[in-house]
Amino acid sequence: MALFKKTAHELKGLLESKEISSEELTKSYIERIDSIDQKVDAYLTVCKDQAIEKAKEIDKKRVNGDELGALAGLPIAVKDNICTKGIKTSCASKMLEEFVPPYEATVMKQLNKEDAVLLGKLNMDEFAMGGSTENSAFKVTKNPWDLERVPGGSSGGSAAAMASEQAVLTLGSDTGGSIRQPASFCGVVGMKPTYGAVSRFGLVAFASSLDQIGPLTKDVEDMALAMNAIVGHDPYDSTSAPMDYPNFAEALRNDVKDLRIAIPREYFSDGVQPEVKEAVLKAAKAYEDMGAIVGEVSMNIMDYALAAYYLISSAEASSNLARYDGVKYGMRTENFNNLLDLYKQTRDEGFGKEVKRRIMLGTYALSSGYYDAYYKKAQQVRTLIKDDFDKIFMDYHLILTPVAPTTAFKIGEKASDPIEMYMGDICTVPVNIAGLPALSMNCGFDNNGLPIGMQLVGKGFSEKKILRAAYAYEQSITKSFVRPSLG
Amino acid sequence: MKITKEQVQHVANLARLNLTEEEQVELTTDLENIIAFADKLNELNIEHIKPTAHVIPIENVFRKDEVRPSLEREDLLSNAPDKQEGCFYVPKIVE
Repeated sequence: MALFKKTAHELKGLLESKEISSEELTKSYIERIDSIDQKVDAYLTVCKDQAIEKAKEIDKKRVNGDELGALAGLPIAVKDNICTKGIKTSCASKMLEEFVPPYEATVMKQLNKEDAVLLGKLNMDEFAMGGSTENSAFKVTKNPWDLERVPGGSSGGSAAAMASEQAVLTLGSDTGGSIRQPASFCGVVGMKPTYGAVSRFGLVAFASSLDQIGPLTKDVEDMALAMNAIVGHDPYDSTSAPMDYPNFAEALRNDVKDLRIAIPREYFSDGVQPEVKEAVLKAAKAYEDMGAIVGEVSMNIMDYALAAYYLISSAEASSNLARYDGVKYGMRTENFNNLLDLYKQTRDEGFGKEVKRRIMLGTYALSSGYYDAYYKKAQQVRTLIKDDFDKIFMDYHLILTPVAPTTAFKIGEKASDPIEMYMGDICTVPVNIAGLPALSMNCGFDNNGLPIGMQLVGKGFSEKKILRAAYAYEQSITKSFVRPSLG
Repeated sequence: MKITKEQVQHVANLARLNLTEEEQVELTTDLENIIAFADKLNELNIEHIKPTAHVIPIENVFRKDEVRPSLEREDLLSNAPDKQEGCFYVPKIVE
């Protein structure tokens, strides 16, 4: 079996027993990228030489018997909104096309500490705004299961790279579903950790009260490995939670008998593709068969979550993106007469359509006369959403829902209607609004052979419980990663 | 709610965006649709509900006021679109 077909934990074993070297493994991934990425377009930057050099360095350390990190020698890749020192970080925007960060994001420091090998940077919707990766200023990533379809977004490159086996594991970011929905569309495992569990330092900010970095992996065991590497308190991120985290590998036991799982009615409305409903309810049945207690609940505020999400996230985005003014870094227009003109023209030329749309919506919602009607109201709805979740968690440990109302759609299909595109986030945004952890994993395929995802949501900092339930489900259906037939 | 082109121009100015004529027309329609969608929140009677800005209860975060190394000036200027003599270079703003 080709090395790239293996999971991270399998490869970790082979590296540790010295059956393979990191150099050999890294080169096999680079060959894989060279042969397959012209079809998928997952990568924006591939760091070939740096990756091989790093792999050799780790191999040398291993031969010398030096102490090595938990991801030693494993080739990984990260979304292009995570700052990598000396490596271009564009956010898939013309605004940052030439931006080379002078510092490393905290998650990159953590991955370096675990001796991972960075293969490159992955495509995304510009500034993480979108659900299809069509909003990238540079290329449209394709879904490896059907190259005419989108991989989801905004972490579309991260999910497509996993499904087409172009990295051992990847990192994405999730503001309203941007890890979970592409993971669902591409048939891989994706996790949005609890708000505050992973440092946001060095993640280019979109909506600061919602953004969270998380991994995408082939299976749940790999997810535990990746989560162990990236959680932790960071003094450089004052919103990161000062607490100790368990070893997530302890979660990998096939037992859900003590778990109570809630199924919220509102997530299975008529707008949800029938095959998606069926697959998720079948998974609920599987949990029952394994001894978990499954019960139906109601989330009344669900209908309002999407509107609240777009107001809050756009308001925060309009403020965060004010920094792109053509002065300190990023692009600068050549057509200006004075400083104000420089700002305005740079921003018009540097930002894409969707980014401008959100800046406009956010600025409107925060502007004098509209603040109370929109922004403040959205923050009040946030309280209600949080209360709704708290209520369910009084009786249940986890909530099981679809990840998205549909499977992957065709490229261009929803590009002209922003609201239709926003509706695709309906199952994922409440989780960000409440700051909860959630995992997305495959639970079947539709009639077109496209992956269907289910979402497991838990209380704040209950990642271990989510991973345990995900592991048990994975064990109950299949032990191997399902992959598209691509090449 | 009806959004006018004048409102779009006003918001674009606040957002420091030089929108083209075509963008102004497009955004007038888009904003009107999105605001109509957001108006769904008006169905809720929630005057008495406290707004939540942050879901995880974190109090003010302080650290010791200690001098630590910061980034080098050269590194910080490395991405500047225009620089001169160790400074960011911008058009003259004071006559």
